[in-house]
Amino acid sequence: MPEPSFLFGQFLSGLTASMFLFVTAVGLSLIFGVLRVLNFAHGSLYMLGAYLAWQIMAWLGPGPEHFWPAALGAAVVVAIVGAAIERVMFRHLYDREELYQLLFTYALVLVIADIVKILWGTQQLSVSRPVSLSGGTTIFGTLVPHYNIFIIMLGPAIAFGLWLLLHRSRAGRVIRAAVLDREMLGALGANVGWLYTGMFAVGAFLAGLGGALVTPVKTIVPGMDVEVIVEVFIIVVIGGLGSLWGTFLGAIIFGQVLSFGILLMPRFSIFSVFALMAIILIVRPWGLLGKRLTR
Amino acid sequence: MRRIPWTLLVFAAAFAIPWLGSRFYTFIATDVAILALFALSLNLLLGYTGLVSFGHAAYFGIGAYTSAIFMKTLGLPFWLGFPAAGVAAGLFALVFGCFCVRLTKIYFAMLTLAFAQIVWAICFKWNAVTGGEQGMPNVPYPDLDWIGAIPGLDGFRVGDRFYFLTLVLVALAIVALRRIVHSPFGRVLAVIRENPERAEFIGIDVRRYQLAAFAVAGVFAGLAGALFGIFNRGVFPDFAYWTKSAEVLIMTILGGMGHFWGPAVGAAALTILNLQITAYTQYWPLILGTILIVLLFAFPGGLVGTSVDLFRRVRRGRDAGRP
Repeated sequence: MPEPSFLFGQFLSGLTASMFLFVTAVGLSLIFGVLRVLNFAHGSLYMLGAYLAWQIMAWLGPGPEHFWPAALGAAVVVAIVGAAIERVMFRHLYDREELYQLLFTYALVLVIADIVKILWGTQQLSVSRPVSLSGGTTIFGTLVPHYNIFIIMLGPAIAFGLWLLLHRSRAGRVIRAAVLDREMLGALGANVGWLYTGMFAVGAFLAGLGGALVTPVKTIVPGMDVEVIVEVFIIVVIGGLGSLWGTFLGAIIFGQVLSFGILLMPRFSIFSVFALMAIILIVRPWGLLGKRLTR
Repeated sequence: MRRIPWTLLVFAAAFAIPWLGSRFYTFIATDVAILALFALSLNLLLGYTGLVSFGHAAYFGIGAYTSAIFMKTLGLPFWLGFPAAGVAAGLFALVFGCFCVRLTKIYFAMLTLAFAQIVWAICFKWNAVTGGEQGMPNVPYPDLDWIGAIPGLDGFRVGDRFYFLTLVLVALAIVALRRIVHSPFGRVLAVIRENPERAEFIGIDVRRYQLAAFAVAGVFAGLAGALFGIFNRGVFPDFAYWTKSAEVLIMTILGGMGHFWGPAVGAAALTILNLQITAYTQYWPLILGTILIVLLFAFPGGLVGTSVDLFRRVRRGRDAGRP
């Protein structure tokens, strides 16, 4: 039996990974919930967020104190990019088969990956941790960096904030109505077009934020887009596409399975999360907390 | 007007390529032939049954690994490894398909993708059998001496000989696929594509037919994978990665999924374009992505669909003056 403090450390590292991914995953889930589109380019927006955070920090001058404006700025720029993509191109595909929508988002993956390479090259980039969170605290004999604690708290905060937005605001009511029946909503006079743009922007913002926040702990490299989309894809499928708390649960399960899976069977931990996803798709295709689609 | 036997002409032209004497042309032609079979197998699902599989690379990969294990690890001959690849891919498609066909639309696509990622993860990590991340390099060529013994085909390099073998096997597979889509079975698939509810009402067991189509498509993808592993001189986990599934979807859409030969045309166009463009720039994905976006918005029928439409319109315009 391993040391309890070691297990706790493992648990915390899994939780940190979960919450990093949750920020990005919940954006994918929201977009799917409203638009019924699986956006492969979500990982690309995440990568864009990471590179933009680095770029903005480089512009603002040296020093880690610029991390927060850089992260937020990056997320906002990504949100604008997302809204533009939706407005200019994506909306013309809504009445087409899902194959065309899927392939369009894949085309974006290809295009964005190369644009990033053209703009920032292929070498690894890195960002230092913000000063305010550079230290660490020892909890149960494990040194936990403050930045990780911040991320662990940020995840639930974002989830709760989105819950408030969806369930306690007028905009949220309209969004939930759009999930149920978009045609009826349009007939009742809501501006469904801008609603979709808005949702896409929020989803893109979360992707960009997820990418920006991960920069202090992960190097920024081309290829991080394809890597992360697979991970958030697993999370949203486990939790339930379109479900806010489902995505939260999915992220926690993903983090823990991966973090303890490495202890139990180092070679096959990645396999175990895929297997978990497949089992859930077989037993409950709409995910643990997702709703069954009637249409 | 008498019908021109286009398929025979194309086959004859393809067969003549090694006489051009260029190793490069033979290389491209082999690549195109194998990928054409792969894309055609996907179109049995996409164009004929209306199932969007986003994990077709899984069966390509399973076929490639099966034949590589047969030929390299076990030292068995190609004529055992090749059919085994089809059988293994078909069996896996049957098992995975059982679960997939219970879902519809986007959930079907996601489960096929999930299974493909599982296959990829196994190939990537199971070092003892699949060679893990390093894959299985140096898959041996099959015994091709007998091709040299055929009068008229002596004196060709091993790459050319393998091309002859590939071309004949691919042609046979395509003939089989064509017979399948024109059989009563294929017609039922088209009914399911057009309207699954209606198909159900007239007494068709939709899921069973979809499953059968899924397994058959898997068999042909596996055969293509087996050939590709040998052609590529090695089998790697990337063969089953989701981006590979996207690639074959792009080929199919580029050529046009509404026409039997569409995916083959798409495979040829994409492969040749890739070679042309990568000679000038490293940003092939950017160009491919742009092509794909233009295609999706402007020419959803693909190359073949669009040219058939154009041809029909021209002919109608010409005939318009006559009574």
